[in-house]
Amino acid sequence: MRLPEARGNASDALFTLLSRSERHARGSGGAIAEAVAGAEDVLTDDDLQVALFVLYELHYRGIDGVEDAWEWHPELLAIRALIEAAFEARLREVVPRPPRPEPTRRAVADALFELTADTGGPSLSRFVARQADESQLREFLIQRSIYQLKEADPHAWAIPRLEGVAKAALVEIEADEYGGGDPARMHAAIFAQTMRGLGLDDSYGAYVDQVPAITLASANMMSLFGLHRRLRGAIVGHLAAFEMTSSIPNKLYGNGFRRNGFGEDVTWYFDEHVEADAVHEQIAARHLAGGLIEAEPELLDDVLFGASACLTIDGIVGERILAAWTTGQSSLRQQVTA
Amino acid sequence: MLERQGSIELCPDGPLLLRGDFEILGADGEPIDAHRKTVALCRCGLSSIKPFCDGTHKASGFRTEE
Repeated sequence: MRLPEARGNASDALFTLLSRSERHARGSGGAIAEAVAGAEDVLTDDDLQVALFVLYELHYRGIDGVEDAWEWHPELLAIRALIEAAFEARLREVVPRPPRPEPTRRAVADALFELTADTGGPSLSRFVARQADESQLREFLIQRSIYQLKEADPHAWAIPRLEGVAKAALVEIEADEYGGGDPARMHAAIFAQTMRGLGLDDSYGAYVDQVPAITLASANMMSLFGLHRRLRGAIVGHLAAFEMTSSIPNKLYGNGFRRNGFGEDVTWYFDEHVEADAVHEQIAARHLAGGLIEAEPELLDDVLFGASACLTIDGIVGERILAAWTTGQSSLRQQVTA
Repeated sequence: MLERQGSIELCPDGPLLLRGDFEILGADGEPIDAHRKTVALCRCGLSSIKPFCDGTHKASGFRTEE
């Protein structure tokens, strides 16, 4: 992807640094430290979230014109650690702690199903199903593209960190996410097809500049949990919650696109998730999360934290999009002309 | 969960998970494309994509006996 626009002093200093050769690294840590210290709420801080997003992207597909060697440069790792510390601390502050189940497979699965049960309140999926117009559908895809074009990638970091039942479960889910060996069935590829169906640019990272900080925070949270072995419980909990809140909303999203006259080429992504995630949620709750806790019961709090963080942050993302739409505004930073 | 043969996992309050070597046949005897290696079959009767599960059992409060 191309380097996004800077959104403040910290991202500006970082992006300037990245445009140089990593052999000539020269500090931007000061600007980042200042931004971290001055941030009111790191979750909605555009400057810090876009900086963190770019730092993480060095570990995924890289950034056009930025040397790959920057990925493991000690100075960048130090900068990343500064932002991550503030980010994780804030997440632990705002994310509610669910009640602790017994550390058995069944009890953990039951607790996760209870935590992720639909509360029936206002929801983005219901709005999309009943009311969203075509420009809102396009916005919805733009918001989702930040993660969905690398769908399943942040959770794949956890594979070598797990063993036994949990590892087999994660691979079972991820293999399906990646199309079971067929690149055309890869969920990220099906999502790209949906984007094209609405005339959107499906290239990786094309809309980073358009989305607000909280959308970047949602993706960054997965990278944070995925890249730190210490947080393997959290990335497992995150995936479980994500899968467990997917089938029914995706049916509604698909209905919204059908209502607007789109065909199967566009709705395949949502229809596929109705079916796939009804499988994945069982595997994720019972064998991935439950299996992990049976093997490593000390990770129970982290699994619950990851699951609750997924619901909380993605809940805020959805609320903000709904709040914008119900007041006749765009949920994006800049209007996209398509 | 040996994959050589087919296996059916009974998910409490949820679907049946099919793994391994299996074939799903419709009422006309024609095979139904499973789309994936592991599938979830509807057990509550409310799915809109039968024979597959679509998660509706969660909203309906479906309970299995054990």
